[in-house]
Amino acid sequence: MSETEVQFVRSQMLSAELPPASQRGVVKWMRENLFSGWLNSILTVLGLLALYWLVSASLPWLLNGVWNANSLRECRDIIIASAGPDAPGACWALIRARWHQFIFGFYPPPLWWRPILTFALLFVALAPVLFADNKRAATILVGSVTAILFVCLLALDGQWLHLVLITALMLGLLALSWLQPGKLLIVTLLFPFAALWLLWGGSVWGPVCALLGFGILALVYRLVSPKLGVVVGTAVGVVVACIWWLALQGYVSGGLESLIPISLEKVDSDQFGGFLLAFVIGVASISVSLPIGILLALGRRSDMLLIKTLSVGFIEFVRGVPLITMLFTASLLLQYFLPPQSNFDLILRVVILVTLFSAAYNAEVVRGGLAALPRGQYEAADALGLDYWQSQRLIIMPQALKVSIPGIVSTFIGLFKDTTLVSFVGLADPLRGITTIVRADINWKGIYWEPYIFVGAIFFLACFGMSRYSLYLERKLKTDHR
Amino acid sequence: MTLALDAPKQRFRLSMLIFDTRFRAITIQVIVLILVLMAVGWLANNTIENLAAKDKDINFGFLWNRAGYDIGQTLIPYTNDSSHFRAALVGLVNTLVLAFFGCIAATIIGVFVGVLRLSNNWLVARLMTIYVEAFRNIPLLLWIILVYVILSETLPSTADFRASAALIAEGKEPLAAMSFGGTAALTNQGTNIPAPFFARSLGSLGGGDFGLNLNFIAVVIVLAGSFFVSRKVLQRARVVQEATGVRPVTWWKSLLIWVGPFAVLMIALGLSFDLPVFGKFNFAGGISIAHAFTAMLIALSLYYGAVIAETVRSGIQAVSRGQSEAAFALGLRPGRTMNLVIMPQALRVIIPPLISQFLSLTKDTSLGIAVSYLDLRGTLGGITLNQTGRELECMMLMMLIYLIISLIISGLMNIYNASVKLKER
Repeated sequence: MSETEVQFVRSQMLSAELPPASQRGVVKWMRENLFSGWLNSILTVLGLLALYWLVSASLPWLLNGVWNANSLRECRDIIIASAGPDAPGACWALIRARWHQFIFGFYPPPLWWRPILTFALLFVALAPVLFADNKRAATILVGSVTAILFVCLLALDGQWLHLVLITALMLGLLALSWLQPGKLLIVTLLFPFAALWLLWGGSVWGPVCALLGFGILALVYRLVSPKLGVVVGTAVGVVVACIWWLALQGYVSGGLESLIPISLEKVDSDQFGGFLLAFVIGVASISVSLPIGILLALGRRSDMLLIKTLSVGFIEFVRGVPLITMLFTASLLLQYFLPPQSNFDLILRVVILVTLFSAAYNAEVVRGGLAALPRGQYEAADALGLDYWQSQRLIIMPQALKVSIPGIVSTFIGLFKDTTLVSFVGLADPLRGITTIVRADINWKGIYWEPYIFVGAIFFLACFGMSRYSLYLERKLKTDHR
Repeated sequence: MTLALDAPKQRFRLSMLIFDTRFRAITIQVIVLILVLMAVGWLANNTIENLAAKDKDINFGFLWNRAGYDIGQTLIPYTNDSSHFRAALVGLVNTLVLAFFGCIAATIIGVFVGVLRLSNNWLVARLMTIYVEAFRNIPLLLWIILVYVILSETLPSTADFRASAALIAEGKEPLAAMSFGGTAALTNQGTNIPAPFFARSLGSLGGGDFGLNLNFIAVVIVLAGSFFVSRKVLQRARVVQEATGVRPVTWWKSLLIWVGPFAVLMIALGLSFDLPVFGKFNFAGGISIAHAFTAMLIALSLYYGAVIAETVRSGIQAVSRGQSEAAFALGLRPGRTMNLVIMPQALRVIIPPLISQFLSLTKDTSLGIAVSYLDLRGTLGGITLNQTGRELECMMLMMLIYLIISLIISGLMNIYNASVKLKER
């Protein structure tokens, strides 16, 4: 047998074999992700059991759901007739019968177009803020809002005049958002006054004159601040505007109303309820609490002892007591602190205290953001010769707020969830106020899953949407290269 | 060459109060002080006028009047003949008990869920994400009310436990039976569980509003002693380990130290249990825990469990991968890597937000109002307030107490935080 004798030499490559069956496809994925060890396998089995239990408990209940009935008893009868005795089944008929109370509270049905329009305008007003440099996204948002608004009005209102006017308005805004996206910010600035007028009704001149007060403030600030500085300019502006609001506004708006009467039917605050109320309190408090929170955070880091002490005292006090006690303060104690016989709206009182409450939390979040900035940023701003407000506006805040976005948004989410607590001071929030009323109805007595699922689902959508938006914003503003 | 040794001396001008940053701070503070004083004066003046108009005064004397209402859950002696102060104290204890158990349960749930969310197991991680998102995005109040409604509307009524003569004649069992081997009963009124009591009780010291339960003190002393001794044992073990490299086995010593003296104390005090038994119409004996407490506890711990889970997850993720890789390279097993390398570093990130979540949980016990749980807000800020009409005093007292609780919790937690903080040289 010679050494050189070669019996077989492969002259070409074999084509690659597939990995063994246990190392590919679903099996591999399952081995890696579900059964990688004994602990993992136990967890998987437990998870599957939990999943099975959940599905087996809820699926028949959901599948047997009844949408058309007039009472819980009727629902049960229909379920028994279709699925047999003892079969579980949801009674969504309650939602079908009472959805308007969950959404609008006791707002008069012929006027529903007003909250709907306000809600649509809210998104138009938010579009330039949410998508500041994304014209396409802003336009898509305005466009879809317009479409949904059209459908809602067609279904709920049915007055052709409203439909035509509102559609024209929305199409105008849509065109504006496409052609001049920057100008959409004007809508944002006007929105609070428009919302006030649309929701509560009354003469149009009240909100217009209130708006005029802000105009006066801006004008005075423009005139004074170049000569005397930002702080003095603001102070003088506020004083003049306050004189306008407190002393002159009433006469002017009254006079204008008698000259050119334009007004909507008045709606009282106690007719507000449901998600309308939650959104009014939530949006008002969210939009006002952030600026106040920023000011408080700056105050807490100020060198001026008095300002610092006041800010710290306020923040720590508010963070130390439950929101409920603040709400009870609004409903019980404010009458002691205000001049005798002064009595103002409960919703406004609640909004003020909820705003102060979440401002303290926002202040702490923003303070965290400020603390995260390296000292060099402050020193660089000083070296450039910027004054305090310029350096805050141009250097510090853009960076600090960017860091604080997750915290700020979670404060907002918390605030929105906390609007349910207003039921304890007698307002009809969707969760406790309205649901209690609905469950007290003799026709629907004994129903509990359905209303809570409905309310919970809407809250989930709103809060989950906010948290997803904060993730988007974080990604967009991210400038580091990690 | 001249050197400017001194700053140019300028005579003080009035305009410097606005334009010179050195003086402007003082100007602003003086103006703010005046404004604040004016505001406070205005509020005080209004309050005095309003009180005078309603013929009221500020007086805390009402606290010693007879309360005249019953409280379902009383952990310290209370009858409706006790004072409003005593009622407030009962409420405070109820608040603290709920907060205490809530914090413990929420932490346990939060740590488990937070770790499981990071697990390699696809299914479990998804399930945990669903749990966390569902609870974080839906108001706590909804969970409280939902749990309460389910407990009080789906559980059998007390009458169902009754073995009436008719049922016995037919040879049938009652509709509902007691659970856990006949020791507990879940009814739509509440949960009846066995009540521990001491046959040879030490009694209590003092009386009236400030009684001290000696049994409780004995338990605290024994537990504190166990804690002290077990710490000594662990310290010894560490010394031995550092000297010889071999760590002596300590777990059975610790177990003995914790369980032994406690068991002896319990036997000495004559611990026995009073089982709930169905009497003629209702359960007698045992403790009845109202569903208000159970619902609050379940909802608070599930909700804050989800919140804490997120904190734990972000804390663990904040520890860089290199740390666990280094630990594996040193040959540490996964369990020890978690205990000795990851957790000590993650805790520094986890503790500060955890403190504020405990604080929020404590404050959110005031939501007990939704299910009529008589906590501090329910007694002092609820029934007492309505009965006496002293809104100002009750609210001020209640806010002060909540403030003190918050400050104490954050103070304690800050001490702990300082002890786990990174010790930088």
